[in-house]
Formats: sequence, structure tokens, C-alpha cells
Amino acid sequence: MNLVTPEFGLLFWQILIFGIVLFLLSKFAWKPIVTALEERENTIADALGAAEKAKEEMKNLQASNEKLLQEARLERDKILKEAQVTASGLISEAKDKASAEANRLVDNARVAIQSEKAAALAEVKNTAASLALEIAEKVIRKNLSSDGAQKTLVDEFIKESKLN
Amino acid sequence: MKVSRFFQSLVVVFLLGIARLSFAGDTAHVKDFNVGETIMHHIGDSHEWHFATVGQTHVTIPLPVIVYNPEKGLDMFMASNFKDATGHMNLMDAQYGDYVIHHDKIHHKNEAIHVMDFSITKNVVSLMISAALLLYIFFTIAKRYKKNALSAPSGMQSFFEPIINYLIEEVAKPAIGDKYKKYLPYLLTVFFFIWFNNLLGLVPGGANLTGNIAVTLCLAVLTFLITNLSGNGYYWKHILWTPGVPLPLRVIILPIEVVGVFTKPLSLMIRLFANITAGHIIILSFIGLIFIFKSVLMAPVSIGFGLFMSFMELFVAIMQAYIFTLLSAMYIGSAVEVHDHADHDHGH
Repeated sequence: MNLVTPEFGLLFWQILIFGIVLFLLSKFAWKPIVTALEERENTIADALGAAEKAKEEMKNLQASNEKLLQEARLERDKILKEAQVTASGLISEAKDKASAEANRLVDNARVAIQSEKAAALAEVKNTAASLALEIAEKVIRKNLSSDGAQKTLVDEFIKESKLN
Repeated sequence: MKVSRFFQSLVVVFLLGIARLSFAGDTAHVKDFNVGETIMHHIGDSHEWHFATVGQTHVTIPLPVIVYNPEKGLDMFMASNFKDATGHMNLMDAQYGDYVIHHDKIHHKNEAIHVMDFSITKNVVSLMISAALLLYIFFTIAKRYKKNALSAPSGMQSFFEPIINYLIEEVAKPAIGDKYKKYLPYLLTVFFFIWFNNLLGLVPGGANLTGNIAVTLCLAVLTFLITNLSGNGYYWKHILWTPGVPLPLRVIILPIEVVGVFTKPLSLMIRLFANITAGHIIILSFIGLIFIFKSVLMAPVSIGFGLFMSFMELFVAIMQAYIFTLLSAMYIGSAVEVHDHADHDHGH
């Protein structure tokens, strides 16, 4: 059977040509192709990994942002509260001061009034004393005349002093 | 509607009738048309590339003959030098110089001298065409990868890249394991060589290269050599002293294992050869039915079945290339793998 007997010539050419094709393709085609495919695969895997990592980082960042915001909010509330306390403290202090000042002024005024009053009384007393002295002097001068005259004189002076 | 269809069929029958008559006229002088011989001629090798026969004229390209003659050394001439009495090229029975050709086989006119035929036959030409095609396509693709490995594939590259990737990821890696890289060039080359030649064989007038036993023999021997030359200690121990086998059984197991080393490549050789040759024979047989029945009415049936078989063969072309590559990878894998489970299942 011709069909199942290998022809020596074709076998020779097959070995030669297939050998050459195998050598050339291995060296100049398969090597760059396989290397490139591998490189691309690695690049894609790396890129995917990087994207995953970035996503993770983003998540972390968001969480920390949230935390910061929460903290800031708390801080703000605290500051507001403190400010309120301070403000009310200031107000009450000012109130106290004002009332103290007012009391002091009132006291001062009272003291002044008292001293004025005392001074006025003293003057009145002085005036009364000098008046009395004057009266007494006049009385003494008039004493040289009659008793009656003295008496009218005294009355007159009293009358006068009352008018004053 | 129905009426027009009826007329259509009538016309078809009428035309077929005319065709049959004219064909019958032709067949009168091609009485002894031997379908079997024609098929065997088509699937075999030849010293000419025959495309068609129009009437009595053969459309054919004579190919160069290279003969090694132990007396004279190499002899080279064109096959068209073999002429019959009418002066036409005849490869069935003719003589030129010291050589006679009989049924496309070259002998020395002195029967005692055996010559070796290194001719550039139809299969060798087809082999060269496929080699050129392989080199052109994969050099072109490789150039693109060298230019920019990371760019998206385009053109031919995008067609072949998934196939190459599949062979790497689904054939070489699982079958061979860690050392797959070393064997990739062989596996890729053998896959595309078989596939391309299977397809070229399906082109009308194409040569039946992968259905030639010399070609499949060469490929199988290469797989055999690669497998056994890279076989590690474990592989040889498994064959010569199969672990876990009681001593009396070794008498049976040892020859089986040793024979197995040779039957694996033998099965590769025969599987590819038989599948491709059988496909060609079936397609040609369907066409041959026309000549057996001597009726053009047979043509639609032949064309229908022939078309179906041709599509089938397109699938078989890649299937056989895949099987050859996968089995080669598995044989190599069994030779290089390092493992420790005792009942390893052999490939077949």
C-alpha cells in the first residue's frame, strides 16, 4: 500500500522544512509573542491591583475625613458652650460691678448729704449762737434801761430771729 | 402561489433533464472512469500539481524531480520530461534517460539499482507554501508585539492571540506544569503547522500533506524525542520499575510500559494521518457518486453532502491540530512532572 508507506523524499523535506520553521518561529516569533503576552498579563494584573489599592485608600481617607468632621463638630459645640458660659459669667460680673458701683455712689451721696446736713446744722448753730450773742449783747446794752424795755427787746429779737 | 411553485419545479426538472442528456453524451468516451483510483491519486503525492482536466487537456504544473542515483549521484530534471508516445507528459508509464516512471514512482531502468527520490513533489511544494505562510503570519504578528507589547491587539494579531493564549493557558500550562515554557515553541509550531496544512489541504486542488504518513511520522517522532529526551528519573522509574506493583506482575507491566512509550507517538501519527485522509476520501467519494451513478441528478446530493463534509473538515482541521498538540503536551507533561502519588493515570 502506497498510502501507508512513508516516502523517504517527503520525510527528508518534512524534517528539513519543519526544522527550519520550528527554529525560526521559536527564535523570532514565539519568543517575543509569549514574552509580550506575559508582560501584558502582568501589567494588567498590576493595574488592577493598584486600582484596588487606590479604592481601599480612598475608603480609608473617607473614613478619616468623616472622623475629622465629627471631631470638628464636637470641638465647635464645646467652644460654643464655653463661650456661652464665659459670656454669661461676664454679664453677671458686669451686673454685679454695676450694682456695686451704684451702691457705692448712693452711699457716697448719702455721706455727702449727711456731712452737708451736719455742716448746715453747724452753721445754723453758729448763726444761732452768734445771733444769741448779738441778742445778748443788745440785751446787755438795753439792760441799762427798764426791765420792761428789756423784755420787749428780747421779744422783738426773738421775733426777728424767727423771721430770719 | 401554489401554481407558480409547481411551474418552478417543472422548470427545474426540465433543466436537469437537459443537463443529464448532455452529460450522458460526454460520458460516452470516458467509459472506464475509476473513482477509487482517482481518489487515491488525489490524496497521494505526485510529481505534478494537477488542477483540472478540461476535455483531454490537463491543467497541471510539472514539478522538479531530484533523484539520487548511486551510480551518478544527484540527478535533476523536470517531471514533464516523462513523455508518452504522443509527446504528452505521462507519469503513469514513461521513460526519460536512465529513469522510468510507473504510477508516479521513479525507478532506475535497471531494476537492480535502487534510486532515492528527493523530488520537490506536490506535497513538498505545499509544505513550502505552508512554511512561508507560517513564517509570514507569525513574523508579522511578532513585529507588532515587539513594537508595543501593551497595545491592544489588532488585525491578524487579534485573531491569533486568543488561540496562542488558549494554547498557553489551557494546553501547555495544565498539561506540562511549571516547565511549560521550554516546550511552548514546539507546541505552538506543531499546532499551527498542522492546522494550516489541514486547511490548505481543503482548498480545491490542495495537497493532502497532513494526511501523508511521512509528515505525521516526522511530527510524531519529534514528540517522541522531546518526551523521552526530557524524561526525568521519575518518568523512567515509572516505566521500568512501576511503583506499587507486586513482583510477579512486573513481568507483565514492564513490557506494557515499554510498548506504551512507542504506542503513544504511533497513535499520534496514525490519528492525524487517518483523520485527514479519511476526510478527503469522504468528500471525494461524495463527488465520485456523480460519476458512479453517471447522472447529474446526483449532483445536488453530492454537493449537499460534500458541502456538509467540507464544513465538518474545517472543524476537524483545527480539532486534529488541537488533539495532536494537547496529547503531545500531555506526553511531555508525564515525562517532566514531579509528583508523588502512586497511581498516576497514563495518557492514551
